This record gives sequence, C-alpha cells and structure tokens, in this order.
Amino acid sequence: MLDATPRKLVEVRDLKMHFPIYAGILRKRVGEVKAVDGVSFDIFAGETLGLVGESGCGKSTCGRAILRLYDITDGSVKIDGAEIGDTPQGGLRKMRPTMQMVFQDPQASLNPRMTVEAIIGEPLMEHTDLSRDKRRDRVHELMDAVGLNRTFSNRYPHEFSGGQRQRIGIARALALNPKFIVCDEPIAALDVSIQAQVVNLLEDLQEKFDLTYLFISHDLSMVRHIADRVAVMYLGKVVELSPREALYAEPLHPYTKALLSAVPEPDPDMTTEDRVILQGDVPSPSNPPQGCNFCTRCPAVMDICHREDPEFREVQPGRFVACHHYNQTAGDTAASEDNKSIQQGETT
Amino acid sequence: MPDGAQPVLDVRDLNTVFQTRGGEVHAVNHVSFDLKKGELLGVVGESGSGKSVTMMSLIGLLPSPPAEVRRGEVLFDGRDLLKMDADSLRDIRGARIGFVFQDPMTSLNPVFTVGFQLREPLMRHMGMNKRQANARAVELLELVGIPDAKQRLKDYPHQFSGGMRQRVMIAIALACDPEVLIADEPTTALDVTIQAQILELVKELRHKLGMAIVWITHDLGVIAGIADRVMVMYGGQVVEQAPVRELFKNPQHPYTAALLETIPHVRGDRAERLKVIEGQPPILGAIPTACPFRHRCPVAFDRCKQENPARMPVGDGHDAACFYDLAKGEPRDA
Repeated sequence: MLDATPRKLVEVRDLKMHFPIYAGILRKRVGEVKAVDGVSFDIFAGETLGLVGESGCGKSTCGRAILRLYDITDGSVKIDGAEIGDTPQGGLRKMRPTMQMVFQDPQASLNPRMTVEAIIGEPLMEHTDLSRDKRRDRVHELMDAVGLNRTFSNRYPHEFSGGQRQRIGIARALALNPKFIVCDEPIAALDVSIQAQVVNLLEDLQEKFDLTYLFISHDLSMVRHIADRVAVMYLGKVVELSPREALYAEPLHPYTKALLSAVPEPDPDMTTEDRVILQGDVPSPSNPPQGCNFCTRCPAVMDICHREDPEFREVQPGRFVACHHYNQTAGDTAASEDNKSIQQGETT
Repeated sequence: MPDGAQPVLDVRDLNTVFQTRGGEVHAVNHVSFDLKKGELLGVVGESGSGKSVTMMSLIGLLPSPPAEVRRGEVLFDGRDLLKMDADSLRDIRGARIGFVFQDPMTSLNPVFTVGFQLREPLMRHMGMNKRQANARAVELLELVGIPDAKQRLKDYPHQFSGGMRQRVMIAIALACDPEVLIADEPTTALDVTIQAQILELVKELRHKLGMAIVWITHDLGVIAGIADRVMVMYGGQVVEQAPVRELFKNPQHPYTAALLETIPHVRGDRAERLKVIEGQPPILGAIPTACPFRHRCPVAFDRCKQENPARMPVGDGHDAACFYDLAKGEPRDA
C-alpha cells in the first residue's frame, strides 16, 4: 500500500455486462439491461478497494463479473497477470483458488444440509489432495482464524447466528489461500453491533494473510472505514474513483457529493441545511439517458451533459472522475495539470 | 417538543409472548412509554430487540396465536386498546392511528391499483363516496410529492419505484388525518438518496399536519436527524429513554454508549479500528431475571446477574435501566 510502485493485482478494462431482455411469444431479444457498462479500474496488491453505489447501480454484478461468475459481454479482466476475461469456465476452475468471494446473505450462501466442516472443507476437497485428517486440521485452523469455536465443526448453519454464519462464509473463502477476495455486501444483513465485529475480522485477516479485497457496499460510512480507495458507481458506470480521504473530504463528482450529503449523521446538532437532496429516481439501466447517465438528476447539469457521455479520466493524481465539469471549468487554473493527466489517463 | 403536553398514547407495562415449538419467547417485557401530541419518538434497537413487536402489539396487528399480549395497558384517548373488541379497534386502526411498514412492496396489495388502496380507508373510515375519495386521494398523492397524481391513481404498485411506493404507503397512512403515525423502519429498504427525500418529506408533513409519530429504526443517523425523543430497546425491554440531544451527548446505558461508539462516520475523524460490542444479543426464552445486556457489558458487576434493573431517572426527562453510573464510573446507590 505504501510502496512507491504498488503492484496491480487486478486490472479491469472496459468491463461490460449486459443482460438480454426477451419479450413476446417468440421470446425475441428486445433490448438489454446494461448492468455494467464500461468499467475500468485497478486494484493494487494488499489494498481494499471499496465499491459503493445505490441498489441497481451494478456494483454486485461488477464484482461477480470480475470473478467471471458471469460470462462477460465485453472487456478484459486480469488477475495476477492472467487474463480471465475470455477463459472458458472449465479453464477458470484451475484459477479459482486465487480468487474467492464472500456473499451478502450468509443464510442463502451456505448449504443447510452440510456441516460447517463440510462447508469449509469443500474447496479443499475440490482443489487439493489433502488426506481426511489433514483436511480436518486445516478446517480447524480456519475456524480458529475467523473466531469460530472448533468444537462446533459438526453443526449445521442454522445453528449459528448471522454474524457467525458470515464467519463460516469467510473461512470457506480463505480455505485455499486466495490472493483476492470479492466481498459482496458482507455486512448488509447483520446488525450494527455485529457489523463492527465482522469488519474488524476482515481487516485482521487482510493483514495476516496479505489479502486484497474488493469491498462492495452501499454503506458509505463502513466503506470509509475499511477501504483504501473508493470507486463510486452510478447506473453501470464508475463515476469517481479516489483515495478514501480525498473522496470523503472533497468529493468531485456531483453524484458523490449528493450521495455523501444524503448519509444521515448520528449527531442531532448537525445542520442539514446545505444538504443536497436529489430529485427523482435512478433511470432504468435498460434505457439509460443520452449523454451523461447522471444528467437526469444532476443539480449542476449543463447542456453538454445531455449530449455527450463524459470520459472517465484522471483529474488530479490518483483521482478519476467522469464529469464534464472537470473537462472544461477545471480548465483555466488547472490546464497544464489537465494536459498532464490526460496523457497519464491514456496510459492507464 | 411541546413539553408538558398530555400524551396521546400511553403504554404501561406491556408484555408480549410468542408460543413456538421450542417454548415461549418473551419478545417484549415491561415496556412502558408515552407519546405526546405532535412529538416524534424514535425507537432504536437491533433486530430481535422487540421494537416492532411492541408497536404491533399496541394495535392488535400480531397474529394470535402464536402471539399473545399477556399484560399491559395501552391508553389512547382514555380507552385501553388492548381491551377493545376487534370492531372498535378496526375503527381506530387506519383512521386515528396510521401505520407505515418497512417494505412498501409487500405491504401494498399488488392486484389493486394505488387509487383503490388509497380510497379504501377513506370510504371505510370517513364515509366518503367514491368521487370524494378520489379527489382526496389525488390531494394525498400531491401531498407526498408524487407528480402526475391523477394519472398515477390508476397505476399498480409495481409501476412505482421503491421510493415512490413508500410515498404511497405514507399517503395511505395519512389518509384519515391520524393523530398518531407509527412508522416501522420506513426508510430501511430505500437507498440513501431516496431516504433523504423521505426524511425531508416527513419533517415537512409533521409541521403541516401536527401528528405524533413513532419512528422505529436501527439507524442512529436517521434518529438524530428527526426525533425529539429517543427510546433505546435491547432484549425486549426499554433500556434508555431521553430527549434526542441528551441521548447522543450523554448516553447513560452502557449499550447506548457502546452503540454510539461502534458506528463509523462519513464526516469528521475516521477511527483506525472500530469499537466492538462482543458477543450476541440474548435469546428470550424466559422473562429475564438479570440484566439482558450483562454478558456484553463492559461494566457489569455482581448485581447485574442477580436482578434485572428497572428504569430509573438519571436526568431531566432521561431514564436508564442500569445499576452502573457511567458518568461517575461506579455503581449507583440503590
């Protein structure tokens, strides 16, 4: 993280995931839901990239597409140097140990008919040839690592609470010593007091096993806590990507500004007068507006926004934004800097 | 907000029990509170703390069996709602006490138009005919900020977005000018930007219509923004109750204090590491005879294992159910 030249573990370029819509008696293809529509970013080794956005913005689809849980429409995904964007599913199997996932709903993602030992041991059975005893030892080791009592290894998922179930899911993801884990809303289904336990666990494990996370969440305050850099998605596109502190201190994109100001602060004395309240709802991803996706709700909309889709580019070192305001108005004062970053932007 | 105003709703020693195959679950124990005219009371707690069950018990919305309101009094307008027969209760529910539920998709009927569902309480409770009810329905949709109200009456719930559906729910709850509105996690299923819209709407409507509101949530940020007074629930009982500023500045129950410390913030300083409340919430197999928070409490001592603390006054309009004085750092004298 603090290295001068951090290594890119995950490189996502122009990732697109469109789901077809069929209608009519002949089930003709009448359109597509552009769940993820041209997303590019890198995740450096050892860091946590937070991916935030409202429901339906495509953040979960993006996370699943990066692990190739879907056959992606277009684009490239490189994990640890290996291109997996076009690898057939059969070939992906060998690569699965490096990349794992923790799912949102620990109830639905654990098989109710398997014991905890069988759940955590399943990836070991599939990908290693450990003997039964060795496997049991490894399962116990993993249960220790995530703070589960190893005497519970013969119990079933329903015998555990939500927070403990999420620990089982995390242990399963860790079983094969992955490098990269996609955490898809891992705490959304948990109570406030349990959320902090799981987040602290994820942080400890990251340090201990040198993990890289893509942390998908709609909870901006939790992302601020866990992420090193944050990407904000809106209607299938990343609109802003910045280091955590910069993003929360000075959001650049009008959507990020609105999103942050909409988070209620647990302080009764905080004034809410300068809050940005967005009007209307998110447009349908099957029929996004022309021009900038945010132009229908943007409080600072300009003419050009209705015509052209803004380019996603680096406007300050390490800060990427897709907004026309930073193509023009940033112009005079930061013109020279702009030119520099355009050049940089092309190389990344 | 208005001090000394008489309560519109007065709940005394409410106890609700569920019969399950595994035995009884004592979901609500000794809950007492009042709601003053025009006040917004926030109710905070984790899932299973009994906050929703309390409010559902008040107005007979829990299916019985398995639920049973075993003891208590709910005084509304001088009458005890718990002793009322089903018909008189139905006259109050939806007319004088409105309800907004968490999930607007499952609480609206998908096979009827929004207009039908808005007219229903108006015709049932206010004796309006269809034309009058229609006119009022348009007014209500406009009140909650739904554009094109007249056209949209003919739409079905699935044709509305989540935020708009919740506005419809609020419009239905407000249809008969209720004196009390009970809102059970009304913004939890919504995105933050939509939540902000709904919160603004409620703040505006409160002043316009002057009703008393009970707002159930687990989100302390939401509570800080809209409540006058807050009640914190844990393990089926009320553990602390105070005016909103007082509660956030000077929490007196260790659970409230811990809860305030565990939540990360979007603004201000960022904590390097989150504070954690270790352990799990209790399972309420019996009426607790000891403090339900003792296993997770950083300041628990012997007495907490022997007795369940009752709520005691700790400040102006502020009470907490705890034997330990957090400010002094020692047990309270009993």
